[in-house]
Order: sequence, then C-alpha cells, then structure tokens
Amino acid sequence: MGKIHIPGVINAVKKVRGGVKVAHHKNTAELEVVRMPEPKQVILPMQQHIGAPCTPTVKVGDTVAVGQVIGDSDKPVSAPIHASVSGTVTAIGNVKLPGGAMAQGVTIESDGEMRLYEGIKAPHVETKEDFIKAIRESGLVGLGGAGFPTHIKLNAPSKIDTLVVNAAECEPYITVDYRECIENSWDIYSGIRTIMEFLEIPNVVIAVEDNKPEAFKILEQIVDGDSSANGAIKIMQLESRYPQGAEKMMIQSATGRQLPPGKLPSDIGCMVMNVASTAFISRYLKTGKPLVSRSLTVDGLAIKEPKNIRVPIGTSISDIIDFCGGFKEEPVKIVAGGPMMGISITNLDHPISKSNNALLVFSKEDAKVFKETDCIRCGRCASACPLSLVPTRIVRNTKAKDADALIKDGVMVCMECGSCAYSCPAKKPLVQHMRLAKSLVREAGAKK
Amino acid sequence: MTLNNKLVVSASPHDRTHKTVRSIMLDVIIALVPTLIASVVFFGPRALLIECIAVGTCVVFEYFSRFVMKRSQTIGDLSAVITGLLLAFNLPVSIPLWMVPIGSAVAIVVAKQFFGGIGQNFVNPALAGRIVLLTSFPVAMSTWTAPLTWSQNLDGMTSASPLASIHTMVSSGAENLPSLTEMLLGWRAGCLGETCAIAIIVGGLYLIIRKVISPTIPLIYIGTVALFMLVAGKGDLCFVAYELLGGGLMLGAFFMATDYTTSPITFKGKIIFAVGCGLITSIIRIFGNLPEGVSYSIILMNILVPLIENITIPKPFGTPKKEKKEKEAKE
Repeated sequence: MGKIHIPGVINAVKKVRGGVKVAHHKNTAELEVVRMPEPKQVILPMQQHIGAPCTPTVKVGDTVAVGQVIGDSDKPVSAPIHASVSGTVTAIGNVKLPGGAMAQGVTIESDGEMRLYEGIKAPHVETKEDFIKAIRESGLVGLGGAGFPTHIKLNAPSKIDTLVVNAAECEPYITVDYRECIENSWDIYSGIRTIMEFLEIPNVVIAVEDNKPEAFKILEQIVDGDSSANGAIKIMQLESRYPQGAEKMMIQSATGRQLPPGKLPSDIGCMVMNVASTAFISRYLKTGKPLVSRSLTVDGLAIKEPKNIRVPIGTSISDIIDFCGGFKEEPVKIVAGGPMMGISITNLDHPISKSNNALLVFSKEDAKVFKETDCIRCGRCASACPLSLVPTRIVRNTKAKDADALIKDGVMVCMECGSCAYSCPAKKPLVQHMRLAKSLVREAGAKK
Repeated sequence: MTLNNKLVVSASPHDRTHKTVRSIMLDVIIALVPTLIASVVFFGPRALLIECIAVGTCVVFEYFSRFVMKRSQTIGDLSAVITGLLLAFNLPVSIPLWMVPIGSAVAIVVAKQFFGGIGQNFVNPALAGRIVLLTSFPVAMSTWTAPLTWSQNLDGMTSASPLASIHTMVSSGAENLPSLTEMLLGWRAGCLGETCAIAIIVGGLYLIIRKVISPTIPLIYIGTVALFMLVAGKGDLCFVAYELLGGGLMLGAFFMATDYTTSPITFKGKIIFAVGCGLITSIIRIFGNLPEGVSYSIILMNILVPLIENITIPKPFGTPKKEKKEKEAKE
C-alpha cells in the first residue's frame, strides 16, 4: 500500500482551486524558539478549545504545580486544562477571550519555582483506548489554530486509511511549525509512528509548502532513513498558496479526495493533524507532561524584537510584548493568530491560549486599514474562494435576510479563510458578511 | 506594557491586496491610452476635443448626480473617466459637439446613477449613451470621415466605413476597401476608438497581464464571430479578417464586454455571455439592416447577465456529483 514515493515533486494535478498568493512574511523563520521566563501571573481561561468549557477544579488559595489539572469537564467534546506555572490560585472569575466572548478563568500567581506536579509520570499505554485516554488527559487540542480536542479526532468512528500531517503553515508571518520541523523533527516522526501504530493507519502523508525547503529536506531524510516504514510514510511538497493548510485543501492536495459539505475528514478515511500536535504526542508519551506551554511567533513592524518563543499557556500579551523588547512604534493593530484568520484584540490583558500560534503587532504601515468602497462586481472574491462559493451573492442574500437562499449558496461550507476579503479591491469585510450569513441560517434553523 | 491609543479592531483577514477600485480603473485608463493616441493621429485635434468633452461631462454629471442624490462622492474612483473615454471612442469625429454631453448624460445619469452608481448599472453606461445617440441622431452618428484628412484641410471628406463596404461588396461587387494592414493599423473610417486594432489589442493585453480582465470573454467573443463569419463567408479568410477588424468588435470585446458590472462573475457564465455576444453581433451584421451589431449585442447580453449567473453558480467544494441523479431516482 502506498509504495509511490514523491520526492519533492509539486503535485500540479491536484492543484487547489482558488486561494490567493499572499506575501509570506516569514521573517522569523531562522529564529530559534526561545523559552520565555515564566511570568508573574497567568490567567487560564476554561474555554481554550472547540467544545464544552471546563469547570475549575481548584479553589482560590490553593497551591498548584505545573501540570496539575485545574479545570475539567465531563462532556465528551472538551479537554482538561492544567496549571502552566507553580504557585497560588489568586482568583477565579470571568475573563474576556480575544474574540469577545466571556469564559471562566483561573488566575495563578507564580512562585517562580516552576515546580512540576508530583503526579506527573509517563502514561502507561498499550491499547488504542489507553492511547486516546492518555491524549485526553494531556489536554491536547489542535495546535494549528482551530483548537479541536485531539482525543475526539483520534477516536473517529470510521476507519482511517490516511493520516495527513499538516506542516503547510500557509498563514503569513507564522514560523513556529517550521521551527518545530527543524528543531524537533524526531519528535514529529516518532509521534507519527505512534499514531500509526495505535490507530492502525496504513498511510501517512507529511505535507509541507514549497516555501520551506529546509523543513522538507530534514523530514525527507528521516522518512528515507527509516526502512521499517516500508514506504507507508510519504512526504509531499505543496504549492505555497493560501489556504493550502486548511483541512479541506490539505486533504485534497495530499490524497486527491474532496470532503463533501457537512462531512468530517474521517468520513472519507482521512485524519489531518498539525505537526506540532504530533511532536507533542511523542513528548507527552515519554514524559507525561501535559500541554502547559506552546510556541508562537511574535512579529510585525511595531514590535522591537520579533521572536519565536515558547511561553506558559495563560501568559498575558503584555508580558510577551515586554519580553520582545516592547513596541518599536505605536501599534495600530494587534492580532492573536495569523493575519488571515487571526483575531484583532482590544487590549493587552488577554492570555495566550492553547491554539494561539502567533502574536502580530502591526504598525500603521502593515496594519492595512483601508476605506470601504462600493462593490464593482469584479468577481475576484468568487475566483479566490477555494470552496467555489460566490460571496457577492451571499452578501446580497444576507442583506435580504433570505436564509433559504443562503443555504443554497452554500454559505455553511465557508471556513472563513479570508481569501475573498483579501482579494476584494473594494475592501469589503466579506468574512464578516459570511459570519452574519451563517448566524442568519442558524437562527432560521432554530426557529423551525 | 500599556497602550497610548486605542487599537484598530476589525474582522479577519488583516492583510489585504494593494489593489483598489481606483487602481483597477487607473489600469483600464492606461490600457485605453494607445487607442486615445491612435484616435488623435488618425482623426486630428477634433478627436481630442470630443474625448475631453466626453470625459469632462461624464465626471461633472457623476459629481452632480451624486450631489443631488445626497450620496457619497465617487468621482475619485475614476470610473466616470473610463465611461467618458469609451463613449467618445464610440462617436464619429464629425459629430456636432453639443451631442456629446447628451450621450454623457444618458450614460452617467440614466444608465449608471439612476440604478445606484458604480457596480449597480445593468447595462454598460457608455454603450447606453452611444445607442441613445445612434437612434436619436442616426445621420450624425453614421457619417464617417476618412482618416488622416484633417492634416490636409479636406473638410467634410466623407467615406464609407469598411464594414458597410464589405457588406455591399458581398452583395454587389467590389468597392474600394482599405488593405488588411491598413485595417490593423487603423487607417480607415470609423468611430474614434474603434479603428486601430493594434492599439486596442495592446491595451487589452495590458489588462490581461495586469489581471484586470480575464481573456475568456474577448477570446470567445471574437472567436464566435470568426467562426460564424467563416461559415457565412463560405471559408473566405479575408472576409473573416475584415469582419474581425472592421466595426467596433475589438473595442467591444476587450473593453465593453469585459465590464465587471455588466458581465457574469462565474466562469461558465462568461463563456455563455461571450458566445451570446458573438452570435448576436454576427446575426445583426449578416442578416440585419444595420452594418454594425457590437453595441446592441453587448447591451442585450448585459440584460441577460442575472439569468446567466443564476444558472451557472458553481457547486460548493466537495458537493457529490451524483446527488442530482439520486434525487431524481427518489422521485
């Protein structure tokens, strides 16, 4: 099975439709990930993943250590949250998430020791069930940005025949996945082997965009060097075209399969996992240390020292900016995440969450604030949409509040990648229109 | 770390293309410059005067109609300049000057602003202006002046347009036709901007390279006319060449049929639209009383654009192709 090895060939046949050629801005690609000293305090929101929020399992005044569970949920789609520093719980209250939603949050004052919780030990894993249970306990959620609990993904009801390891990193600026490939390539590989073994997945495709030849070379050497893999693991170079790393695009580029609307990747035998997630799995199985820190890229013209850093989860944005030398000039916009799908934040108190892969501090020059003008029906949005939607129609039907027409337009398929709005010369906030359209459809559905 | 000013907050994406409506319109104006130069070379300073009047009145009408309607000012997007240029390119050099503003008024006020301004008009404004002038003043609009006579002070030297000539030639024998090279360079009678095929093609290529327009519509439009004429002319390639270079086909195919607002957004829609334009143009030319059919064909297809789009909306990514068959089977 899967004996064909594709060394560094751009698969032109399976080229993704639409998308946009964005400026890569991978300025931090050569900067090694540095560990940021632990902050004085962290705030850990109980909602850092898609699914049910956790409930705090600690009280104000409790002493906690790194890796200790401080929040959990009995709902299936959720992931526990662990203390990221050692110290004392000083507050449990509402915190505002970058998107504006409110969630419970646990504030921990650090004692500066970063003492590891004594209960931490490498999990005993023999079966698939053990493995999935261990991953749940690790608190792992998709590290690429979406934040879907990994144990749910691993526990897919249908048979998975292909694991796609996503190292595309198509969002501009972000380089932490690239650094992961360079610095922790063996962790990635052993994570892949572990997943293959426990879930009995016969094929693996590691997909890298062609603007990261170094990462490709390193991973290729490892894959080629392992004769026991028997050609089951392939590495593929994909065209650098946003949104190449989006799940649907990834599956199509790597396997040629198209994910039908409303279906899960597992329905067509695929599982997509971010490289950083696979590397974490291998480290967790060795050490038992749960997800308490993550890497992120700090960049943008208004930050003094752009860096790739590893921070305890819950570190505030202002602490990170301080660590990166402060502002070089007056920031105009600060984005948590990449420039295409990230959230622009209102203040610097927000904590870094599990799925946060970048912090971009834009000056007037790179913030790109434009004035909106009238639509000229040029159709650039429609040709940029990788999912073949026609945004102009969706905007029109949203204004008419026509939910039936919106369903027909396929708006629920939209993944909000931002290709349409990126290419719009009239600078229409098209993604906002898509979100509005989706909520209209949901409301109409609720009424019925 | 604290902030002195409030941060800008907006929906993603936070990176945007540098292209704006204005920069796109500027590209179209640049693409029209070769044709503008050609028109002045062949038809003299009066051509430039007509073009200035058309552009000036279009911008003024745009300004005042937005002002009267209490809407935001849009002359800065330069679309009125393009309408003015295209309108002028569709007029003969001998047209009485007072007729030009009438065309501008129809184009900007009636066809464009009455329907909501840029992006909302259902027909190409410049063509609407031209058609109203053509039906109102048919003689003034079809009196052609021979090229390059302006420098020799040969006032009022009229000439038949080659398209009319070739049609009479087909029915009643030979007449003095310009050579194909002359046709390509623009050495023939006709409207200001339609004669110099080379200048139009250069402009069109510029737009395609700059990705302002896709080549779909011009190629299929011209191709359809070529095919039709090949059959109609019983395989006479020379006849086909005259048909392609004569009249306003080149100008229409590259600059009018590709107008964003009045052509379909979808790829399949563009094909249907262009084939339709080509067929109507050919049918009018061969079977109609008029020597020329480009304006009418584009306007007629403009009106069909919403219908064409409705039937050519692509299916969302991953929609199973068999779905339709299954549905039918259930019924």
